Amino acid sequence: MHLSTPVEQVKLIDRFSTSNKSLTGTLYLTATHLLFIDSSQKETWILHHHIAAVEKLALTTSGCPLVIQCKNFRIVHFIVPRERDCHDIYNSLLQLSKPASYDELYAFSYNPKQNESKRLQGWQLIDLAEEYKRMGVPNSNWQLSDANRDYEICESYPRELYVPRTASKPVIVGSSKFRSKGRFPVLSYYHRDKEAAICRCSQPLSGFSARCLEDENMLHAISIANPAHHYMYVMDTRPKLNAMANRAAGKGYENEDNYANIRFQFVGIENIHVMRSSLQKLLEVSGTKALSVNSFLSGLENSGWLRHIKAVLDAAIFLAKAIAVENATVLVHCSDGWDRTSQVCSLGSLLLDSYYRTIKGFMVLIEKDWISFGHKFSDRCGQLDGDSKEISPVFTQFLEGVWHLTEQFPQAFEYNEAFLLQIHEHIHSCQFGNFLGNCQKEREELKLKEKTYSLWPFLLDEQKKYLNPLYNQDFSQKLVLLEPNTVSFNFKFWRNMYHQFDRTMHPRQSVFNLIMTMSEQNKQLEKDFKELEAVSVQEKLHTRRAVYLILVKFSLIGIFCMANHPPLQLCILSL
Amino acid sequence: MEFAELIKTAKVENVQLSCPGLPPIKGTLCITSHHLLLSSQPGGNGEPGTVELWLLIRNVDAVEKRVASSLGTITLKCKDLKVLQLEIPGMEECLNIASSTEALSSVDSVMMMYPFFYRPQSMKLKDGWQLYPLQHYYQQIASETGAWRLSCVNGDFTICSSYPPAVIVPAAVDDNVLKKAARFRQGGRFPVLSYYHKKNGTVMLRSSQPLIGPNRKRCQEDELLLSAVLDGGERGFVIDTRSAQAAKQARMMGGGTEPKSSYPRWKRLHRPLERGRPLQESFIKLVEACNDTSLSVDRWLSKLESSKWLAHVKGALSTACLAAQCMEREEACVLVHGAEGTDTTLLVTALAQVILDPDCRTLAGFQGLLEREWIEAGHPFHFRYAHSAYSHARLKQEAPIFLLFLDCVWQLGRQFPFSLQFSERLLLMLFEHTYASCYGTFLCNSEKERCLCEVKEKTHSLWSWLNQPSEWKKHLNPLYTYNALVIWPSVEPQSLQLWQGLFLRWIRSSQYLDEAWAEVQRLVTSHEDAPEESAGHTRCHSQPDAAYPLTITGTANEG
Repeated sequence: MHLSTPVEQVKLIDRFSTSNKSLTGTLYLTATHLLFIDSSQKETWILHHHIAAVEKLALTTSGCPLVIQCKNFRIVHFIVPRERDCHDIYNSLLQLSKPASYDELYAFSYNPKQNESKRLQGWQLIDLAEEYKRMGVPNSNWQLSDANRDYEICESYPRELYVPRTASKPVIVGSSKFRSKGRFPVLSYYHRDKEAAICRCSQPLSGFSARCLEDENMLHAISIANPAHHYMYVMDTRPKLNAMANRAAGKGYENEDNYANIRFQFVGIENIHVMRSSLQKLLEVSGTKALSVNSFLSGLENSGWLRHIKAVLDAAIFLAKAIAVENATVLVHCSDGWDRTSQVCSLGSLLLDSYYRTIKGFMVLIEKDWISFGHKFSDRCGQLDGDSKEISPVFTQFLEGVWHLTEQFPQAFEYNEAFLLQIHEHIHSCQFGNFLGNCQKEREELKLKEKTYSLWPFLLDEQKKYLNPLYNQDFSQKLVLLEPNTVSFNFKFWRNMYHQFDRTMHPRQSVFNLIMTMSEQNKQLEKDFKELEAVSVQEKLHTRRAVYLILVKFSLIGIFCMANHPPLQLCILSL
Repeated sequence: MEFAELIKTAKVENVQLSCPGLPPIKGTLCITSHHLLLSSQPGGNGEPGTVELWLLIRNVDAVEKRVASSLGTITLKCKDLKVLQLEIPGMEECLNIASSTEALSSVDSVMMMYPFFYRPQSMKLKDGWQLYPLQHYYQQIASETGAWRLSCVNGDFTICSSYPPAVIVPAAVDDNVLKKAARFRQGGRFPVLSYYHKKNGTVMLRSSQPLIGPNRKRCQEDELLLSAVLDGGERGFVIDTRSAQAAKQARMMGGGTEPKSSYPRWKRLHRPLERGRPLQESFIKLVEACNDTSLSVDRWLSKLESSKWLAHVKGALSTACLAAQCMEREEACVLVHGAEGTDTTLLVTALAQVILDPDCRTLAGFQGLLEREWIEAGHPFHFRYAHSAYSHARLKQEAPIFLLFLDCVWQLGRQFPFSLQFSERLLLMLFEHTYASCYGTFLCNSEKERCLCEVKEKTHSLWSWLNQPSEWKKHLNPLYTYNALVIWPSVEPQSLQLWQGLFLRWIRSSQYLDEAWAEVQRLVTSHEDAPEESAGHTRCHSQPDAAYPLTITGTANEG
């Protein structure tokens, strides 16, 4: 590294302020972070892995502007007094933000000073075998297959896969040869009451007319694993045109004539390239200074972003209704079955099963439908220096879909928006092992469970921050199937995601924080009250007051911290 | 005119009522001089029928009828944006009901309207009409400074027909000066005090445009009046709610704006705000877009954009912030006007007060603000709210400027959820009552007209209804805590939202949102039952230094 930090007299500019207000401070580069400390000692930490792009603008009279765009949608605008320094920072950041190999990632050096057994326990927090047991498999119709025990028929699938009992090994192997990347149909979610299943796979290698008896048998086996039903849905989540074009390359989609009793359905979610450029457009619009309402709305429209979110949610609703209303099993695929398929299967399960609307359940859902089934986190998040065409906000869209559901059903989810934002933060941070690599096989080769920490126990430890104070368990029981309304006006720009660091755009007072504090205080008071019941009345009242006062003070500090409120010192003193 | 002449069929049996989100109801439809009533058929075992619909006919904005053989369907599109359908057996009955409803809903004479007939037992006439006299407001100012006085120069409405009898003016200026200055302002609306900012003693004035005309007339008294507002070397700002070009063009029609040469201590800023026809069209387009639930996301966004409604919200909020900033940060006095000074002018002065003054954010203070800055200030309610977004009638002077104000206040409430003492419910209620009401508060165009019609003697006041303890409670915001700070909103498009509670009220199901809100209320109440130390200081944290786009010097416009 050529750079000699710290660099002093650096200015940090608010990207939306028209008054050119700035903070002056010192910039440091550490092995993992960029750190800026302003004159009031406020620290801004930026993880190198979060940096999506660094740009050096034309020299101005006050210095050399440097714009850093982050994957968590933070944009910082520095002005470095000397061009030479700016150039050095620029070059260092370029290098630091694009690691060439996995072992350079933060997860391998991150050390939260935890003992080894606790670290290992952390990795055991989410157990997918437990999860399948919870759903009710294995059972008389579904069993665990050992066909992929050593990743021999599909490298991007996990070792443990659940398939219909009637699907023999030759059928599985034959089917996997007829599917893109060997991703044959397997169980993703089993609905215990309806005995219907969500299955997933990749596109068939059908070309214009090819058939595969084993694949046809495989689908038949899935179909009859649902005892009540005589048909199953096959959902191709791609637009029809794309699926047809794939036929020319020897891929394509199922011909209804060749498969017994399937109902074939396209749902028209666009591919990763369309989604990438859509987000790009969205960010260009939302990043514009002095934006007018009309350019914002037309930019939002032109980006197509909300249209894509609606397409994903509509597909999930179709899936959930097929199961809950028609008792029908559904097989979902796209091209390779790791992007759109993951979105639709996971959102569909979330609509069907209230467990996934709890904090722990949501972790399980991500482990199952995203991590274990080989969503290519490393490629899609651009964790390593590589093909930028592989980057795509597929998982971000999933989170945004969930956020839209939380907006429509404020009491159905145990977790809040901060939980979604925090997970989004960590798919890019490479601080924990969970999202490194593109599939389970790769993760095993990286020895992640030996060398890194799992994110989930850390989130669970601080789950207080992620609890939705309005969550109502009864609500979830009453309303097992969520039926969101996808009328267009329900799709809104997610300001708290795309402007999470632009505090001036946020409401200045947060109902959410207040309610959270109050509900915590209420719970605490109830608890204290019970504990104090043994004590005499006089004493009881006295203590209750004291406890209460302390609580009020704590919550005050809590709120101000969360709101990043500047005169923190003053507020505490004024107590 | 007798109402009876307009009612051709008073009663029809077996009418089916349907409105979105509810199962259809069958019953007997009755039409009276002011109401459409539908009562469900009595039960078989002698149970009485219940009244399912009690619709003020004044609330009907458009009547659409479709007749097929012996069954007629009437669609009633209401001014509060609700849409109802009546299926009426018998063609003649259907046509009669439709034409009666149309005729009764478009009665234009104020004294024939329902408030003059409404006599609830629990309320006394005359109550509530003297709750917020300007004298009170003046006394507050007088207790701080002697620079202002209450003038009754307009006692008989001869100086300015749209002003109230009493106005607050600089103490240094006598009534003769006012009379002359009034002749130099459109409609006689000479500059008067709108708001006194206690914190630094600056004031906000409002008026109509000066009658400069093509010959660049001057008026010594008007200049004197304005310079009496400023101390020694102080400078003030004129915020003109028209573009510089529009203000210049107004000279051709006899109007204009204060030239630098005659008002050297006043710096002019132009902030064009839409009003009149374009604003009404914006409202119509937005309602149209909201009612079409089949729109794709792209079409929806495009229609939302082309309605321009949110752009108007942004414009109004930014201009109010500008006025507030001139006073709070620049410590300068402000004069606001557009052309007539009865629409966008009031929008800006009223909004700026909500932003600056915590007293205007209480339920009582907000009523006082509406009385002072909208009703007494002569906003032509009768003209502006004769029709809403559905009407097929040829529009005359309709424009939802007060609705735009309510929307802006709602946006403030979204950004500062603990700082308004009243809830969204109050804003929705006010919206309904501006278009159709059983109270006289929003009748007529000015105090003069209200006097002529004896509104204050012969109708009940909305405020006296609202101020009954049971109603008062319903309109409170459970999260409210007094916040002494200025509430600077963010006016970025990303921070503004469509007011779904109003525009989508009858279209979307809000069951889950309502339940969540009820839970919030439950949490807050159970929290407040806890020891008194809970005093909600926890909730008050405005950011007085929040950034929003404004450069006074950069955008000033010299005429």
